[in-house]
Amino acid sequence: MSNNNGTTNQYVVFNLENEYYGVNINYVETIEKVSAITRVPKAPYYVKGVINLRGEVVPVIDIRKRFNLPDSDITDNTRIIILSVEEMIMGIIVDSSSEVITISKDLIENTSNLINSSEDDYINGIGKIENRMIILLDVHKIFDLKAS
Amino acid sequence: MDMNQYLDIFMEESKEHLQGMNAILLRLENSPKDSGLLNEIFRIAHTLKGMSGTMGFNNILHLTHEMENVLDNLRNGKMEITTNVIDILFECFDQLENYISKIESTNSEGEMISGDLINKLNRLLSSPNSVNDYVQETTAIVKNEEEINIEVSDYVAKVIKIATEKGLGAYSIKITLDSKCMLKSARAYIIINSLERLAEIIHSEPSIEDIEDEKFDLSFQLIVVSEHEVEKIQKELNSISDIESVEIKSLDEKNISSNHSIAANEEVAVAQEAIAFSSPNFSVNNNISEEAENTSKKGKSSKTVRVDIDRLDNLMNLVSELIIIKTRLEDTDNAEDRQSMNEATEQLERITTSLHDAVMKVRMVPIERTFNRFPRMVRDLSRDLGKEISLIMSGAETEVDRTVIDEIGDPLIHLIRNSIDHGIEETLERVRLNKDKVGKVKLKAYPDGNSVVIEVEDDGKGIDIEKVKAKALDKNVITLQQSQMLDDNQIVQLIFAPGFSTADKISDISGRGVGLDVVKTKIESLGGTVEVDSVKNKGSKFIIRLPLTLAIIQALLIYVGKEKYAIPLNNIKEITTIDSDSIRKIQGNEVVLFRNTTLPILRLSNLLDVPDAENENSAECSVVIVKKGEKTAGILVDGLIGQQEIVIKSLGKFLNNTSGIAGATILGNGSVALIVDTNSFF
Repeated sequence: MSNNNGTTNQYVVFNLENEYYGVNINYVETIEKVSAITRVPKAPYYVKGVINLRGEVVPVIDIRKRFNLPDSDITDNTRIIILSVEEMIMGIIVDSSSEVITISKDLIENTSNLINSSEDDYINGIGKIENRMIILLDVHKIFDLKAS
Repeated sequence: MDMNQYLDIFMEESKEHLQGMNAILLRLENSPKDSGLLNEIFRIAHTLKGMSGTMGFNNILHLTHEMENVLDNLRNGKMEITTNVIDILFECFDQLENYISKIESTNSEGEMISGDLINKLNRLLSSPNSVNDYVQETTAIVKNEEEINIEVSDYVAKVIKIATEKGLGAYSIKITLDSKCMLKSARAYIIINSLERLAEIIHSEPSIEDIEDEKFDLSFQLIVVSEHEVEKIQKELNSISDIESVEIKSLDEKNISSNHSIAANEEVAVAQEAIAFSSPNFSVNNNISEEAENTSKKGKSSKTVRVDIDRLDNLMNLVSELIIIKTRLEDTDNAEDRQSMNEATEQLERITTSLHDAVMKVRMVPIERTFNRFPRMVRDLSRDLGKEISLIMSGAETEVDRTVIDEIGDPLIHLIRNSIDHGIEETLERVRLNKDKVGKVKLKAYPDGNSVVIEVEDDGKGIDIEKVKAKALDKNVITLQQSQMLDDNQIVQLIFAPGFSTADKISDISGRGVGLDVVKTKIESLGGTVEVDSVKNKGSKFIIRLPLTLAIIQALLIYVGKEKYAIPLNNIKEITTIDSDSIRKIQGNEVVLFRNTTLPILRLSNLLDVPDAENENSAECSVVIVKKGEKTAGILVDGLIGQQEIVIKSLGKFLNNTSGIAGATILGNGSVALIVDTNSFF
C-alpha cells in the first residue's frame, strides 16, 4: 500500500547516515538551506525548533532524533525539506538532498515481511533502483506523533 | 464563464441580505401593518433570488422564489401576517443561511432539501387561514396484503436474505411522482437521497443512472434494507413534495422469486456476498462523502472584508510615500549624506507607524455584524421558554478587529442564552416580584483605551451565591475552608470554573455543564478577560474586555541565556532589579519581599529549560513583574533588550499547544523569537 496521491511516483531522495530515504514529491513544498533555528521549549524531543520561512513560522523536525540515529553537525550540505501534509507545513532536517527519482510501483517492495510492525514503523516500502535501496517514508506517521 | 471569482462577493452580499431580512422581519412582527417593511423584504428576497440564479445555486433560487410568492400575497393583502407565517419565513431564512454556509465551506450549496419548507410555503398560499392545522394529505400508506412477487437478481435475493437474518427489514418501495412535477430526476434524486439516510438501496428499477437521466415515467421502484420501521420511512418520504403516492411493502424470502435458481454452493456464495454487502454496494455513499471532504478542504473560499474607500485611499497614499522614501534612501547611499540619511530614516519610521495604523483600520469592522444575529436569537429563545424578553443593544458601531468578530460570537451567544435561561425569571415570578413583566437583556459595546468592552446585562434574579457555594463544594471546586474565606464576589467568579453549572435542570438551551469555563477560555485565548457582577434579584452583568487587535502587540524583548523571548506588554506590571541575595526559598519556592509584599520569583530559564543560562546570577538581576488578574509574579530574566512592536505569528497546528508559549514573532534579523505566555505560569 502506498500513500500516493493519484499516480505520481516521483520521490525526493535525501541522505541520512549513509542511507537513502525518499518522500513522495506530492508532499514536498521546497528544499531550503539551514537558517537560524529557534528552539521551542517543551516541544516533543524530536522537534529541533522553528524557522522563518519567508514570513511564516515553520516547525522543523530533527529526523535523526526521530529515527534514533546519532546526532550530526550541520554542514554545507544539510538541507531542510519543507513538507506539507494535511494543511500542516513542517520541515525535516536531512544530511543532503539533491535528486528526484521515479520509482515505478513494481519496484517498491512492501516492508511488512522485513520489519515487525512496531510503533516506529514509518516506512512505506523500499524502492529498488539499480542496486540502490531507497527507504520510502510514510510522512503521516512521522508527523502524527503529537500525543507522545 | 467562471463564476468562482464572484463567489466571495456573492457570499458577502447574501449574508448581508439575510441579516437585513432577519432584522426587518423582526420589526415587521412588531408592526405588521407596515407595508414598507414588507416591500423591503420582498425586494431583498428578489435580489437574493436573482443573485443565486446567476450563480447557479438552484436550491436558493427555488426557495426564494417560493418565498416571494408568499410575500407577494402578503403585500397584496391576500394573506395576513400571522405568527405562523413569520415562523415559516424565519425557517426559510435559516435554511438559506444553511445553504450559504455550505457554499462557504464547500463551494457548492450541497444537497440540502428544502422540499418540506416549500411545502409549507405552498400550503400557506393555498389555505392561508388554516395553516396551523394542515394535514399530511400527499400520501396514504398502501397496505397491500396480496402476495407480491418481485423478480430480482440472485445477488439482491441473497442480500435480502442476509438482511432479514440480521434482523433488518427489507422493503420494496414504489414511488409515483405527481404528474405536474417538474424536474423529475431532481425530485427522484431528493427522494433517493433522503432514503439513503435511513436505508441502503440495493436495487432500483429502472437503474439509478436511468433515473438520473430522467429515463422513467412517473414511478420507480426501489428495494432497500433498513433497520427502521416502515412508518419512519413513510414519514420521511411524505415530507417530500411532488409525490403522488408511496407504496411500501415488506419483503422476505417467500415473496421474492429470483430469476436464477440459487446455486447449490449457496453457503460459499452467500459468504462472499456478505462481504460484498458490506463493501461495494455501500461504497457509493462513502465515495460521495469523501468527495465532499475533499472539496471542503480545497474549495474553502477566502474570508473577505469590505473596506471603506477612504481608508483604502489613505493606505494607498502611505504606500506611495513609502516608495518615495525608498528611492530617497537609495540616493543617499551614493551621496554618503549622513544628515539626509537620518531624515529619511525618521520619515520612514513615521510612515510605517501610520501605515500600521491604516492597515489596522482596514481590518476593523463594526461589531454590528456579530450583534445583528442576536435579536432573532432572543426572539426564538423567548418563544421557546415562554418568557417575554426585550433585547436592548447599544454601541453596535464600535469597531473591533476582524478576527475578534469571528471569535466573539459564540461566547456572546452563550452569555445571552445564560441570561435568558437562568437569569430572567418566569413571567409570573416577575409580576410577583413587582418587576416589569418584560425581562430586559442589555448588550453594550464600547471602546475603552486600547481595548473593547462588551457587556451582557440582564435584570433577572442574579446569581444565587449560596447555590454557587454549595455547588462548588459539591463539585470539589473549593474546600469547605476556602468557602468560608471567599467573599461574595469571589464566589460569583467561581461560575467560570470548569464543569460548573448552576442550572437545576438541564434544558435545551443551557446547563449541560459545558458552561462558562468555555466562554472564559475562549475569551482568554483572544487575550481578553471576563468578569461578572451580580446583585441578587437585580440581575447580573458579564463584562468582557478584549484587546483591539490580535495581530500586532507591544512586547518586551528579553534574553534568557542566549535565547531571545518576547513578553506581551499587556501582561507586564513593571520591570525592576532586585538583589539576588534577597531571594528567599520558602518550601522550595523562591520568594522576594518587594515593596512589603511577597512576590514569587520564577526563573524563566527553568520554566523554558533554556540550556546554558547563567542560573547563578550576579548581585543584581532583572525581574519582570507580570500579572494575571490580581496575582503577580516576578520573572527572572538574564537581560532586557527593549520594547518593540511585534507581529504575532502562529506556531502552526503541530506546535500550537506548546505550554508556556503563546506564539512566535519574526525579529528584524529574520530569526524567530517565541512569545512567552506568562498566564500559563500562574
